[in-house]
Amino acid sequence: MKQNSKRVNDVILQTAAIIIFFIIVIFSIDLFFAGHYSPGGGFIGGLMTSAALVLLLLAFDSKTLANVLPIDYRLMTATGLLIALLTGLHSVFLGRPFLTHAYGKFDLPLLGEQTLHTAIAFDLGVYLVVIGITLTIIQTIGESE
Amino acid sequence: MINLPVFPIVIPALAAIIMMFMPKRVQLQRGMALGALAMTAIVSLFLVHTVSTEGIQTLNLGNWQAPFGITLVSDMLSALLVTTSTLLTFFIVWFAVHYFSDSYEGNYLYISMLFMLVGVNGAFTTGDIFNLFVFFEVFLMSSYVLIVLGGRGVQLRESIKYLLVNIIASALFVMSVALLYGVTGTLNLADLAMKIPLVDNPDVITVIGVMFVIVFGMKGALVPLHYWLPGAYVVAPTPILAMFGALLTKVGVYSILRTYTLLFDGNGEFLQTFLMVLAVLTIFIGMTGAIAYNDVKLIIIYNIMIAVGVILYGISVNTQTSLEGSLYYLIHDMIIKAVLFMLVGMMIGITKSGQLRDMGGLITRFPLFGWTFFVAALSLAGIPPLSGFFGKLLIVSGGMDEGELFGPLLVLLSSLFVLYSVMKIFLNGFWGEAKREYDGPLVPYTKRLIVPVFLLLIIAVAYGFGAEAIHPYITQAIEPLVNPEIYIDAVIKE
Amino acid sequence: MEIFVSIIIGVLTMCAVYLVLSRSLLRIIIGTALFSHAAHLLVLTTAGLKTGAAPVLVDGVTEFTDPLPQALVLTAIVISFGVTAFFLVLAYRTYQELSTDNMEEMKGTESYD
Repeated sequence: MKQNSKRVNDVILQTAAIIIFFIIVIFSIDLFFAGHYSPGGGFIGGLMTSAALVLLLLAFDSKTLANVLPIDYRLMTATGLLIALLTGLHSVFLGRPFLTHAYGKFDLPLLGEQTLHTAIAFDLGVYLVVIGITLTIIQTIGESE
Repeated sequence: MINLPVFPIVIPALAAIIMMFMPKRVQLQRGMALGALAMTAIVSLFLVHTVSTEGIQTLNLGNWQAPFGITLVSDMLSALLVTTSTLLTFFIVWFAVHYFSDSYEGNYLYISMLFMLVGVNGAFTTGDIFNLFVFFEVFLMSSYVLIVLGGRGVQLRESIKYLLVNIIASALFVMSVALLYGVTGTLNLADLAMKIPLVDNPDVITVIGVMFVIVFGMKGALVPLHYWLPGAYVVAPTPILAMFGALLTKVGVYSILRTYTLLFDGNGEFLQTFLMVLAVLTIFIGMTGAIAYNDVKLIIIYNIMIAVGVILYGISVNTQTSLEGSLYYLIHDMIIKAVLFMLVGMMIGITKSGQLRDMGGLITRFPLFGWTFFVAALSLAGIPPLSGFFGKLLIVSGGMDEGELFGPLLVLLSSLFVLYSVMKIFLNGFWGEAKREYDGPLVPYTKRLIVPVFLLLIIAVAYGFGAEAIHPYITQAIEPLVNPEIYIDAVIKE
Repeated sequence: MEIFVSIIIGVLTMCAVYLVLSRSLLRIIIGTALFSHAAHLLVLTTAGLKTGAAPVLVDGVTEFTDPLPQALVLTAIVISFGVTAFFLVLAYRTYQELSTDNMEEMKGTESYD
């Protein structure tokens, strides 16, 4: 097994990757929600999450990742696009111009008063699209090797 | 319905996204694509009707008032072009259903075609110059996917050049937008039209205008930016070639028409002369290529350049008559080029060769096919009363009224070259003796393939015969271009 | 500051042109990435590199930065990110298919079918 002999020294990378993966993902979720009022948002959060996934790909291999996260990234892209488009469309059904957002203030348990905005749904769509596309591209290149 | 202008963009997008969930269900995809396109066509016809009765429709996306938000503006010009491109896509997809094999169709083919229509319709509708760039990228992205589908060596090789040219054009587009924003501080087309005359240094505007002509000229294949066109188009499969030939170059021409008449025409003689010279050169190179080649695809591809040159000449003359001629010819050319590309693709599919020397005598075996080509060829050359005639007539008379002589004569001369080049295909391909037994892959499907082409040709012929009935619409479309105040008032409501 | 950034844009464009004109496909891709980067910097620069607070969010801000160019740049960056990624995959596939990354060997000389 030539493959294995090359991978002997991966222990540090693999151990570190598992820990770092969760740190990056949590930070990316923080960035995703921060995008409401300050720098951040769906695109950057999505890029960061996909960076975390790419780190896992580097440390292990695509088969391991497919076992841990059995996700079809093309469907993920489609879901993201659908969420984003439907967010834009909801205002059409209410008779307002396309892409008009709605928002309101809510009292959530523990968190206190928070604003909820339909832009978050749009951003969630962007987040999914970015992860889906990045991982599709990486897999396309990676699989053929 | 305040949201009417957005529907021709959203319906194909929604259909394409839903289709992305089942890329391998080919049968379902065909039905959904055709259904969505038919729906879009109906909506856009309704849009034309609404615009003709109620005037220009505008929609401020996200309810942000113009000029601060993104505005979609459906005037008659964009409504007509949206309708034409939707109809064309419908017939091309119908043709593609019979043309491609199942494995090919399972590779996101219809999804990319629908997304391309999203981009094209968006580019026609938007009233914001940065948004125009975004929609350009949407249809370019889809065109990249469509051009590499199949993945043959030649195809990949030419796609790289196509991609490279378009990436550089896009970067130049961003730069031009940046300079325009730096000078005027706005990106809304109507707002720009108001603020550009107030700029202290008109030379800056001329430079930006030239940059925009370069950007759109690269898309529209103006000489000397046409070098990528024959190579990239000739490797694409027929239905995709038909879509590219009918829609992509025309979006570039539309963008020149819109930006030049709205933003840059008050800026001295230079830009007008510049456009006129480019138009004349484009017609020349197109004529040379059209008569030089014996490859049927290449002949029609060079005919695109002639058409672009003729339309651009009408734009550069910039009077009500010549602009009407340009628009009339633009719509005619979109339809008839799609017809011709599909017919030529069928010839190649039947004879298994693109060269005229390998063809001949097709009309004895496929009479309907032959006569369809004959009518389409006459229509392209502009034989009255077919559709090519009226556009050229208006462009020529518009040029004559302005005291031009060389340009109108060249436009007329180009008709002769067009006629010669397509008749060369007809005489060598359909007339004469059959060189051998034709056993190409498309032979069993000819009867089914000819139906969408024939129907599209009927539309083209009706467009020619009904020129009188369509004329009011064309006039209404051109009015905001000649008097930008109409456009500005419709977008920026005081 | 604007002058300084303008010079950087010029240098970036210069490198981009040099790279795009080279023969290796990978260099060409890097060149296009640099070229779009120059375009993005130009968007930020032409609108003026003001330093100020974010507008709208907080009351009483007198000096604020124009948010529009940043939105434009973000859009343009996303688009060029996608295009560059696509270009890379295409280049890789072409390399597999034609087993060359030399543009000299990719000239279209044979007749098309």
